[in-house]
Amino acid sequence: MAPDTTELVKHVLKGNRRAAARLMTLTESLSPEAHAAIKQLYPYTGKAHIIGITGPPGSGKSTLVDKLIEKYRSHNLSVGVVAVDPSSPFTGGALLGDRIRMNRFASDHDVFIRSMGSRGHLGGLAWATMDVVHILDAMGKDIIMVETVGAGQAEVDIVQLAETVVLLSVPGLGDDIQTIKAGIMEIGNIFAINKADLDGADRRFVELQSALSLGQEGDGWEPPILKVVATTGEGIEDLVKAIQDHHEYLVESEEIVKNRERRCYAQLETIIERSFIRKLLMDPDERTLFDKLVAEVDQRKTDPYTAAERLILHLIKTPKK
Amino acid sequence: MTETRKIRVLIAKPGLDGHDRGAKVVARALRDAGFEVIYTGLRQTPEQIAETALQEDVDVVGLSILSGAHMRLFPEIMQLLKEREMADVLVIAGGIIPEDDFEPLKKLGIKEIFGPGTPTGEIVDFIRKHTK
Amino acid sequence: MGTKEKQSVSQTKRDWENNTLKETLDKSPERRERFITTSSRPIARIYTPIDIADFNYEEHLGFPGQYPYTRGVYPTMYRGRLWTMRMFSGFGTAEQTNTRFRYLLEQGQTGLSVAFHLPTIQGYDSDDPMSKGEIGVCGVAVDSLADMEILFSHIPLNKVTTSMTINAPAAVLLCFYIAAAEKQGVSSTQIGGTIQNDILKEYQAQKTWIFPPDPSMRIITDILQFCTKKVPRWNTISISGYHIREAGATAVQEVAFTLANGLAYVQAGVDAGLKVDDFAPRLSFFFDSHLDLFEEIAKFRVARRVWAREIQDRFKAKNPRSYLLRFHTQTAGVSLTAQQPENNIVRTTIEALAAILGGTQSLHTNSMDEAWALPTEKAATIALRTQQILAHESGVANTIDPLGGSYFIEALTNEMEEETYRYFDRIEKLGGVVEAIKKGFFQREISDSAFRFQREIEEKERIIVGVNEYVTDDQLEIPVLKIDPEVERTQLARLQKTRKTRNNQKVDQLLGQLQRAAEGTDNLLPHILAAVREYATVGEICNALRDVYGEYQEPIIF
Repeated sequence: MAPDTTELVKHVLKGNRRAAARLMTLTESLSPEAHAAIKQLYPYTGKAHIIGITGPPGSGKSTLVDKLIEKYRSHNLSVGVVAVDPSSPFTGGALLGDRIRMNRFASDHDVFIRSMGSRGHLGGLAWATMDVVHILDAMGKDIIMVETVGAGQAEVDIVQLAETVVLLSVPGLGDDIQTIKAGIMEIGNIFAINKADLDGADRRFVELQSALSLGQEGDGWEPPILKVVATTGEGIEDLVKAIQDHHEYLVESEEIVKNRERRCYAQLETIIERSFIRKLLMDPDERTLFDKLVAEVDQRKTDPYTAAERLILHLIKTPKK
Repeated sequence: MTETRKIRVLIAKPGLDGHDRGAKVVARALRDAGFEVIYTGLRQTPEQIAETALQEDVDVVGLSILSGAHMRLFPEIMQLLKEREMADVLVIAGGIIPEDDFEPLKKLGIKEIFGPGTPTGEIVDFIRKHTK
Repeated sequence: MGTKEKQSVSQTKRDWENNTLKETLDKSPERRERFITTSSRPIARIYTPIDIADFNYEEHLGFPGQYPYTRGVYPTMYRGRLWTMRMFSGFGTAEQTNTRFRYLLEQGQTGLSVAFHLPTIQGYDSDDPMSKGEIGVCGVAVDSLADMEILFSHIPLNKVTTSMTINAPAAVLLCFYIAAAEKQGVSSTQIGGTIQNDILKEYQAQKTWIFPPDPSMRIITDILQFCTKKVPRWNTISISGYHIREAGATAVQEVAFTLANGLAYVQAGVDAGLKVDDFAPRLSFFFDSHLDLFEEIAKFRVARRVWAREIQDRFKAKNPRSYLLRFHTQTAGVSLTAQQPENNIVRTTIEALAAILGGTQSLHTNSMDEAWALPTEKAATIALRTQQILAHESGVANTIDPLGGSYFIEALTNEMEEETYRYFDRIEKLGGVVEAIKKGFFQREISDSAFRFQREIEEKERIIVGVNEYVTDDQLEIPVLKIDPEVERTQLARLQKTRKTRNNQKVDQLLGQLQRAAEGTDNLLPHILAAVREYATVGEICNALRDVYGEYQEPIIF
């Protein structure tokens, strides 16, 4: 059953929650209908402030998001949340429990929360999440928060989506230091230390400070380091202010243009790259050629570069549908 | 060229009881069967459950209750789903529900009630059969 | 056992294995490759003196009523006095439960046990929106002292002991009871009973918490202090493994987590300035009794021995009464099947037997229909008769710890004790019980055990009669007790009347004082009692505290 996307789009633009939810499902399955709908919605996007919240498992992201929703709602701003959890690489299934923390807002119609499994599908996390964010934006949400587990690809993906990235850490999680070393520091616009009432919060502060000063470019935005206790709401006010400050900085310094362009560039890149790959893997004819070339590369009848060039040329020359 | 559609299931716990053993065992089994399972946590009101089902656009709502309040809460949940044009979602239930209540609950539109001792595989099969 | 003897038995065993046993196994292998208990513990073919090689009678067992109490907490055990047959009941309105109580007392039951409905357990009044559909369903509806007065009318509170299954709002219900006794002219020093008041296992398993762990522990130490002075015959905490087990834990997890919780309460009491011997004797325990007879018996023995040792070694208690692990047992609700429900009578009998052989102080036997709903009178009577038959006809009450010295039981007891200490170490490493709760440690352990158990059933490694084997189609109709919708109307009417007739200004003022106490360090109990006497409700009192403490958010564990 192909749903009438024009109809869905009309309802989404009016803020209809049911239509938005259904369209999100379609985009998650990367269907052509969904992409047609996004094309129609796109002119209406670009108004929301998109905030990425990322950090290791157990750092209290959902609790933090819950408290942020509370704050934004008290300022009468409407909120959209996309909570991404990893899918099982073996079965493709997922247990999505982030909502537990935020479900007190389930009956507030100005809050829309959507859980997503990372699925590890061919589109990657970024593609589907991007479309869900577009839908929330087109629905008229003022604030959109994207919550991802910072492990591997996800936190880099989030830069493609979010204007402001909050990198969350907690004292005592050893792997944090690893992530700092791995260079993901660069993606954070704001650093928050959650559970700051625990031992080790000060140490974490100093660690972050020195890691940041290493990568500091000197001018422009200086990422603040904030201490919060998400469970009690301590420090949330400051965090909201820091997020607001970052937004203002972007606008005033006209960094916002660069920020937007960077994100659009990344989104476009994702779509092009993934469309190619998907076409190769999902279309039966292309797949046959692909598999044949894989075998030839393996047998040394050809090399990977030549094979790739042949595939690209083939795709460009034979447009389908 | 569409990705195969994932079955999305909401496992919800209405009622005041804290017995989440069954709900969690089922949630894990459904995950292992390749479904996306959204779990709401304990003590959810009918309004919260219906609204979550809507926002998450689930194919299935699984209600687990052991408090005995099902005859009051389930009709309300079904009504709120209907108001949200979610009448076509597959609703199943489990927990402690006396057999006498099966018929009135099924009349409300609850498709199946899985009592204690149901193998999780049976629930998986039922969902697969009724969501295509 | 001497080295020579050990060698000799080992040699004989090897010979037996290589000859007699091998011949049989070659002809017909055993039924299964692996034999496991209800807790998935592998069990050996046979146990011999080798399995308890370091056995030392005096050190490991001793005599009943003597350290380390492995054989029992009292010198004569059931030869002196049978266990208390305490059946849990409560449903509908206070009037209905009062009638049931008086019936049970007439039937020879020796103590009362109250089940409250879920709104009371969660600290909501019956007219709270969260209480919809729950009024009087899982237990008796109690909103205020007005209900409590009816619940115990014509029951002299200086004569019976009452066990109340209440946790997060335990302080409030205890004050209800004290105030109800006052109305009968009975002072708080004369009353006896138990409140469950075990909040730690709520976070781990039962999940009916209200406040976060830290303020909850403070309320508990307030209760310990208050009762030590004012309600000396009251058992202040019933440290409960029952719910941990029912949530899916293994026998070892049940005993290890429960004892860890118990030790955490003792530590909290000591930290609050109490002397261990002033309150430890009033702590009691509550365990599950599952179907695996020997593993359960060993579990109870481990619990007694470890508790006595830890209270003596860790807390330097001097009063022997502090060492005693006295416990109530309930047969395993999770072992009941909805299929072929009459089989549940047999299951319950085996479980009751385990509890008795394990030396329980009181026992609740489940009714066969408890897998669906509240028991009918007939089913509850059969359950009580089960205990009476075991007590008077089976002969198991004639001697103390009849399985003591069995190679199997002693080996199992030692093994489970070791595993208990291994869990203690892990909990310690996580920063103690409260920290381990915040990290989701117990929840994850229990959830994994529950999932494994379910898989074993589905893969038929575990046979449950009537469920995955010997299945029949014919369902036997069992009458199920239903709650009359009138209950809700009666309850709401009474609550409304209470709110109208009391001095509301006074109530508000007392609730304000309670909040100030909660923000400070004053003992909360006198403030709660003052509000209760003026008919403040459980919901009002808990909401006043919610404003100060907030509500607990559980870590997300599957």
